[in-house]
Amino acid sequence: MTIKNKTNKEQISSQVEKPGCIFPDVLSNFTKFGKKGKLNNICSYGGHMKQETNNRVPMFEDIPENASNIRLGHLANTKKKNAYRQEAILGVLFAMPAILGFIIFTLGPMLASLILSFTDYAVFNKLKFVGFENYINLFNGDNPFFYKSILVTFYYVALSVPLGLTFHFFLAVLMNRKIKFRGIYRAVFYLPTILPIAATCTVWMWLFNPDFGLLNYLLGFLGIPKLMWIGSEAGVVPSIVLTAVWIAGNTMVTFLAGLQDIPRQMLEAVDVDGGNAFHKLRHITIPMVSSTIFFNFIMGIINGFQVIVQPMMMTAGGPNNSSLFYGMFLYKEAFEFSRMGSACAIAWVLFIIIMIFTGLTFKSSPMWVYYEGEVKGK
Amino acid sequence: MKSRFMEKISIAQVLTYILLTVGGIIFLTPFYWMFRSSLMDQGQIFEMPPIWLPNPIRIDNFKEALTIMPFNRFFFNTAVIVVFATAGVVLTSSITAFSFARMRWPGRDKVFICLLSGMMLPQYATLIPTFLGWKFLGAVGTNLPLIIPSWFGGGAFYIFLLRQFYMAIPKELDEAAYVDGAGYFRIFVQIILPLTKPAIVVVILFSFLHYWNDFLAPVIYLNDVSKYTLTLGLALFSGMYNAQWNLMMAASAVVAIPAIIVFLFGQKYFVEGISITGLKG
Repeated sequence: MTIKNKTNKEQISSQVEKPGCIFPDVLSNFTKFGKKGKLNNICSYGGHMKQETNNRVPMFEDIPENASNIRLGHLANTKKKNAYRQEAILGVLFAMPAILGFIIFTLGPMLASLILSFTDYAVFNKLKFVGFENYINLFNGDNPFFYKSILVTFYYVALSVPLGLTFHFFLAVLMNRKIKFRGIYRAVFYLPTILPIAATCTVWMWLFNPDFGLLNYLLGFLGIPKLMWIGSEAGVVPSIVLTAVWIAGNTMVTFLAGLQDIPRQMLEAVDVDGGNAFHKLRHITIPMVSSTIFFNFIMGIINGFQVIVQPMMMTAGGPNNSSLFYGMFLYKEAFEFSRMGSACAIAWVLFIIIMIFTGLTFKSSPMWVYYEGEVKGK
Repeated sequence: MKSRFMEKISIAQVLTYILLTVGGIIFLTPFYWMFRSSLMDQGQIFEMPPIWLPNPIRIDNFKEALTIMPFNRFFFNTAVIVVFATAGVVLTSSITAFSFARMRWPGRDKVFICLLSGMMLPQYATLIPTFLGWKFLGAVGTNLPLIIPSWFGGGAFYIFLLRQFYMAIPKELDEAAYVDGAGYFRIFVQIILPLTKPAIVVVILFSFLHYWNDFLAPVIYLNDVSKYTLTLGLALFSGMYNAQWNLMMAASAVVAIPAIIVFLFGQKYFVEGISITGLKG
């Protein structure tokens, strides 16, 4: 209603397009992202309409690309082409910030880091290509911290991912029951996640304090002698895992969203058949949220391999390098020793490790991930 | 009335409430411990067994902690970054998402998948060349490396989030506007944006928290204490006054309280945002 000043061109094209313009039934395609696996389903909508001369409009994917153009004849064809071109140009223009951002801050640096990983670049020297030397130096044990940091990080991931997933899954299951104050519970369990991580670290350092910390005091009631927590080689990684589980509220919220999508009838059917809560969990709940488990698992691995702030602030990698996480190792190599080439190699090794894990998870997913609407054998 | 209510509550129900309440108390205890410790004097804080309620309450901890270090300076630095970066995120991610959700151009979905896959990339893969690039431009030590990237789409997470919201709007609305001769930018500003205010709120909240809480980027790019953000200031503080737990907890509370307030006011939006995208950037 407020839109009045048409340009001449647009006026003509809208007149051409007006007769018999009935919108194709593409609305239903909006939500199909990721389910059908076909990209063209999510792009079935643009700013202008598909016009068809007949009244019943078929589904978007049934229409041949240029069907309407053929029917409208040559004149309309050029108009339409112009409109398409205008839309395409503006579309790219509007998306330009993100495209440029991707090139400048993701693609470019990634390639640059790959190239740098084959050099001995160290900020103050002249760059020289050294082939695979950086990689070889990592794997042949010259740098003792490499294997140490790999071990520490794998240990952390192996501990934190299953623990975080299980804990937050059961939390979400509990919260998905018919309860009052769900919003409050959800806020409480999510609150740690929004705490600035620097504050998380200081608070937990205080809780972990062996002599005056709350944790040892509470364990005293159970007759457990003082633990050193982040102060001992054996305790430091599990302690950091504890803080990580505390701040993994995203896992819980995604699980809760997944659980709420399970139709009530399915669970009631188990009741009718005389099944108990365990049956529901085993045969309905877990299969129905397996795609969420899959997603959280991958994100857990990706994030787990990159942990850096907790060791940086709480332990500085100690005691005796037992919390020298991979991220710490990389950070030190790059910003303490200024060995940029080597640091890039370290980053690429991490990238490949994460790729392998993600790839394996994807490969294994047909065995345990169930997608609703999935056609068997597809 | 009451008896019917009692009937409905099964043992499983009671157990659910007990587990959730106990779990909730455990989850909140660190917060309580932070606030309780921030209000104690040195004597109380080291008392064993620990006291649960500070007596007397010592508000001076805050004054002391905030004057030992230039926390008002840190606050100002953080606010500048948060405001300019969030503005960048909102402006560029919304128009980009509009293009990805409602305009057609060749290769659009391939580009979008590229953006999304960039989100799975470990941050270290791009860290060093990005740092060297900023160094080359002489911007290391300023807050530009922390702000400028947000003006380039703000990150795939926000674009994905807004795109989901935009796609839920019936397309007839902007088609009608298009027929009436409105251009795409006008459709975006006058139709789509007003309809998706809650989505913009979600983006603002996430972006605020992200830049408020960010630690790694400031560590890498800011090397002068006068440019430090609050989180960096807190780290510095914890390194220097690591025996004065009452002051450290006061400083932590100062850094944490704005984030907590923003979350409590906008928590419904947060949950919506995470549920829709499944993740947080």
